[in-house]
Amino acid sequence: MSKYKVNLKINNIPISVDEGTTILDAARELNFKIPTLCHHDDLCVAGNCRVCVVEQKGARLLPASCATPVSEGMEIQTNSLKVRQARKHIVELLLSEHNADCTKCFKSGYCELQDMSNDYRIGDHVFLDLVKEEDKVVDISSPSIEKDDSKCIRCQRCVRTCSSLQYVSALAVTHKGNEMRISTFMDKPMNDVVCTACGQCINRCPTAALTERNYIDEVFDAIYDPSKFVVVQTAPATRVAIGEEFGMEPGSRVTGKMVAALRRLGFDKVLDTDFTADLTIMEEGTELLVRLKDALVEGKEVALPMLTSCSPGWIKFQEHLYPDLLDNLSTCKSPQQMFGPLAKTYYAEKVNKNPADMVVVSIMPCTAKKFEAERPEMRGSGYKDVDYVLTTRELGRMIHQAGIDFEKLEDEKYDSILGESTGAAVIFGSTGGVMEAALRTAYELVTGREVPFTNLNIKPVRGMEGVKEASVKIKDVKPEWSFLEGVELNVAIAHGLANAKILMDKIRAGEANHHFIEIMACPSGCIGGGGQPMPTNMEIRKKRAAGIYEEDEAMTVRKSHENPEVTEIYQSFLHEPLGHKSHDLLHTHYYPRKRH
Amino acid sequence: MTKIKELVKEQAEKHGRARTSLMPILQEVVRSENYLSEEAMEAIAEELDLSTADVFGTASFYTFLDTVPRGKYVIRVCKTITCHMKGKDEIIRTISDMLKIKLGETTTDKKFSLLQANCLGWCHKGPVMLINDEVYPEITPEKVTEIVNQYLKKG
Amino acid sequence: MEKQIKKVDLIFGKVDHLAILDACFKRTRDEIILDVIDSGLRGRGGAGFPTGLKWKFAKNEEADQKYVICNADEGEPGTFKDREILTQVPEKVLAGMALCGYCIGASEGYIYLRGEYNFLLPPLYKAIDEFHQKLKKMNFDFTIRICSGSGAYVCGEETALMESMEGRRGEPRNKPPFPTSEGFLGKPTSVNNVETLVFALMIGQEGPTKFKEMGTFDSRGSKVFSVSGDTPNPGIYELELGMTLEQFVEEFGDGDTKAVQVGGASGFCVSRKDFKSTLIGFEGIPTGGSMMLFNSSRSMYNILNDYLEFMEEESCGQCTPCRVGCQQLLKGIEAVKKGIKPPSYLEDLQKLSDTMRIASKCGLGQSVPNPFNSIINNFREEIIY
Ligand SMILES: Cc1cc2nc3c(=O)[nH]c(=O)nc-3n(C[C@H](O)[C@H](O)[C@H](O)COP(=O)(O)O)c2cc1C
Ligand code: SF4
Ligand code: SF4
Ligand code: SF4
Ligand code: SF4
Ligand code: FES
Ligand code: FES
Repeated sequence: MSKYKVNLKINNIPISVDEGTTILDAARELNFKIPTLCHHDDLCVAGNCRVCVVEQKGARLLPASCATPVSEGMEIQTNSLKVRQARKHIVELLLSEHNADCTKCFKSGYCELQDMSNDYRIGDHVFLDLVKEEDKVVDISSPSIEKDDSKCIRCQRCVRTCSSLQYVSALAVTHKGNEMRISTFMDKPMNDVVCTACGQCINRCPTAALTERNYIDEVFDAIYDPSKFVVVQTAPATRVAIGEEFGMEPGSRVTGKMVAALRRLGFDKVLDTDFTADLTIMEEGTELLVRLKDALVEGKEVALPMLTSCSPGWIKFQEHLYPDLLDNLSTCKSPQQMFGPLAKTYYAEKVNKNPADMVVVSIMPCTAKKFEAERPEMRGSGYKDVDYVLTTRELGRMIHQAGIDFEKLEDEKYDSILGESTGAAVIFGSTGGVMEAALRTAYELVTGREVPFTNLNIKPVRGMEGVKEASVKIKDVKPEWSFLEGVELNVAIAHGLANAKILMDKIRAGEANHHFIEIMACPSGCIGGGGQPMPTNMEIRKKRAAGIYEEDEAMTVRKSHENPEVTEIYQSFLHEPLGHKSHDLLHTHYYPRKRH
Repeated sequence: MTKIKELVKEQAEKHGRARTSLMPILQEVVRSENYLSEEAMEAIAEELDLSTADVFGTASFYTFLDTVPRGKYVIRVCKTITCHMKGKDEIIRTISDMLKIKLGETTTDKKFSLLQANCLGWCHKGPVMLINDEVYPEITPEKVTEIVNQYLKKG
Repeated sequence: MEKQIKKVDLIFGKVDHLAILDACFKRTRDEIILDVIDSGLRGRGGAGFPTGLKWKFAKNEEADQKYVICNADEGEPGTFKDREILTQVPEKVLAGMALCGYCIGASEGYIYLRGEYNFLLPPLYKAIDEFHQKLKKMNFDFTIRICSGSGAYVCGEETALMESMEGRRGEPRNKPPFPTSEGFLGKPTSVNNVETLVFALMIGQEGPTKFKEMGTFDSRGSKVFSVSGDTPNPGIYELELGMTLEQFVEEFGDGDTKAVQVGGASGFCVSRKDFKSTLIGFEGIPTGGSMMLFNSSRSMYNILNDYLEFMEEESCGQCTPCRVGCQQLLKGIEAVKKGIKPPSYLEDLQKLSDTMRIASKCGLGQSVPNPFNSIINNFREEIIY
């Protein structure tokens, strides 16, 4: 449908845009950048910070460009003296209620407020300091998230993120006037509320009011402790994003540089979570086939559809909001938590190390993984399986601190063992990836043939649609899988918890005909994780996804069951998927939590 | 089911479970419980399928939807301009001395809370106060003593 | 004094409201809207938007449902006339709502009544019940309900009011879209002040001429004033528009009036020297009705302090200029008084208030500069020393 065009002038330049376009977007088309704070491309319009005001000829008020649609004949100035004065005042006001200790602040150098204050050369504080002492007490109750109210500029991005993208609403705007603030229910500590630890709010917070708990110093302490053997694992999505921390394009594939940097930081061994992603496919795929068999052959009451369990934010969400459907959740631990216990058992034995002296560090696109590592169940090895979880951002920070020139690094390879992986594992990083990897393996297992998609690329499960559905007809199966002959395997994929809710409500209502559902807590999957470089928006996430799929195509092995190290570990250690050892080390259980 | 949960459920049945019912339900709970306890807000969140933070955030916006315990009789003395000019400070002092509580406090027997409010819409008859929904215009220290005494007797 | 202020009785006089409605329903809605436009009636809630135009916009929208909202949030300090109207002549307000419903094509109306007026609920419910029965007999489908506020001045702002009715925090929305196209529950909505609705009903009865003949070019008709402060005659008066402040003070002052705050905490402070030249109305200083008189015993510092404290607490807090601006103005004058900041800091604050006026999201923040600048300009000495 063709839209009406609206003609207007911005800074005296005529432009014609679709009806309904905001002044902000029209200005962007002309390459005028209007500063914004409360605006975020992923979120609904708020119009509350007011830094984006512009002057409109003939109007008494300065309209907020992010919230005002264009109108015919409008004449806009984005940088008039009136606008500059207002904007400067607004930044000064924000700073007056802000604990601006940039030199000590984790967000320094990455902070939208700091950038703006630099741009406007706000030097001396004109206005009175309004920071409340009680706000300076930082909430560090959560293993994932720090909430520092003295840094909050009340843009409400976090609140909109948590409600509209994640359907959690752990954070809300409370009180009014000078008391207005961002709080949890009754100001309870973050760890005591429904928060899923997904970190999406962190990703969209323009300041240091919400940040990940950072463990950089702890990790350096371990690295420099000669009695410790420190191994690091890297999640799939980190390798197409970490480059952004060094000014590279989103989606740049920098796996080799990342490995080199980790080695230079002093990790004793650089290993890959991708290996356990492949293992996950073996375990989870088998689990699915067993459930299907139980249902179709044995006629047992089994919980279907089966839901993936690689996303700890998603798991916590389900524990809070859909505890009645926990049986549907695969019992597989996330790849990170499969890696931990294997590192401290299988691997420790291979490299002849005492697991008590081992420190397992993970580099994750995710803040919920910090929470996951703290779960009491995650001690399959007899030790804390994963000791420290760092976000992609924290790793970027470590590399900066160590003075490593990331872009100039020569590519290096992961250490062996626990370093070998496949294209199927890499695509775990994007929404639909786990599904695609699972299908590649399960289909072949059952039929003895490759999935019937060109070049193994299962396009229907890819892309950024909130909820995706697909079905694969299973034909000409191997004799032992005869019960699957002719079965139409229905799958669905959701990313972002608000989308997950759509599917969960269907399941609850008995309206879902799916066999297998992949859910990732974060929009676009792990590439859009709460621990990934900032900023984030759909365009950036699409580029990262493209990087992921390129990485997949560049791999020689692209099916999890063909990973030689996977074959080896089943032969020499685990023996079989869902076997005894697997049960002890690679599977877990879940607990209902309170919604209200 | 606890008393509060029952009350919330009853109100949800009466007003419906749409978001538009949130205000009347919050108001009803405050009317009968004097304030919104954690339990009450949790029950409301559950009935209306909202998050507790959302309920708390909405309630805390409104001055009359208290989320801290209040007495059976909430006294709100207007503090805005004309009532200020006409002697609200003296009124507050009188009540404060009578009930032995400061502004913002509640008597130990949970009978009275003493608060200030913004303009109550009786400026031509200031100073003025509300005791729950009841208005008392043109009050003086003497009158206020009498009024509070009546409430004290009322139990 | 040139001319005695004319007292009028359009609002409080008893009429046969049902007969008026009956007669109106016999005419087309366009005719009535034209009359309301022609009368020059402008909203009495403060913003002064032409009522007939508002109705026309709402009428022209296509929608399966539309709403009439009667704004009875009356939170502006010094305003108490809507309470009196709802007490004395509730039936006229209800009939005004029905008339609006007829004109714009709405079958549902809401009264948003501030929580401070809860004592009005029983008589209002009674009046509504009676009214509903009468409407039924007239075969007119219109239902009125009451939504109660819970103590938030900003909920008088029409979009905040609708947020509150929808069960949310009373944070004003972005405009556009305006309520006449996307209002309550996203449907076209006409929000009108209590007094406005009664005037509309009276115009429905008498035609536009009588109303139009009163007042001045920009401020037609009469207006209900709420008079308080240092006056021997505090109370509620319906007066013809077009008087000067001098005339007003002549009538209501105590002989020692040094300033009048016209329009409440969001209005302007006029000092004695300007009484003569100040017209009360849209061409001079508009008011939602609040007229507060101050005599020479009053400290203008305390008065400004009270206003700012009110705004600081009653701001919804969402937008930066208003949330932080109010706090800075309040703490700023304190700092000047205490000598922490030099007197010249007042100029910095006035500049800041100019930003608040043009960059705040809603009328609350936009009007804080009114009392601030007018009091500082007129009584600078009192603020500093
Ligand atoms: C902060 C603020 C408070 C307001 N309070 C009221 C009020 O209490 N009553 C009212 O009728 N209008 C109030 N208004 C004006 C309304 O937004 C709206 O313009 C009015 O209800 C429209 O009705 P009218 O056209 O009949 O005046 C307020 C506006 C603002 C910005
Ligand atoms: S949040 Fe930004 S502006 Fe604030 S102290 Fe940190 S870096 Fe500085
Ligand atoms: S981490 Fe996720 S669930 Fe928790 S407050 Fe942030 S957005 Fe909400
Ligand atoms: S915590 Fe961050 S995102 Fe949330 S309102 Fe504060 S500054 Fe904005
Ligand atoms: S001007 Fe004030 S009341 Fe209005 S939206 Fe902004 S903060 Fe809220
Ligand atoms: S970015 Fe437009 S108001 Fe905040
Ligand atoms: S100032 Fe007290 S009632 Fe208005």
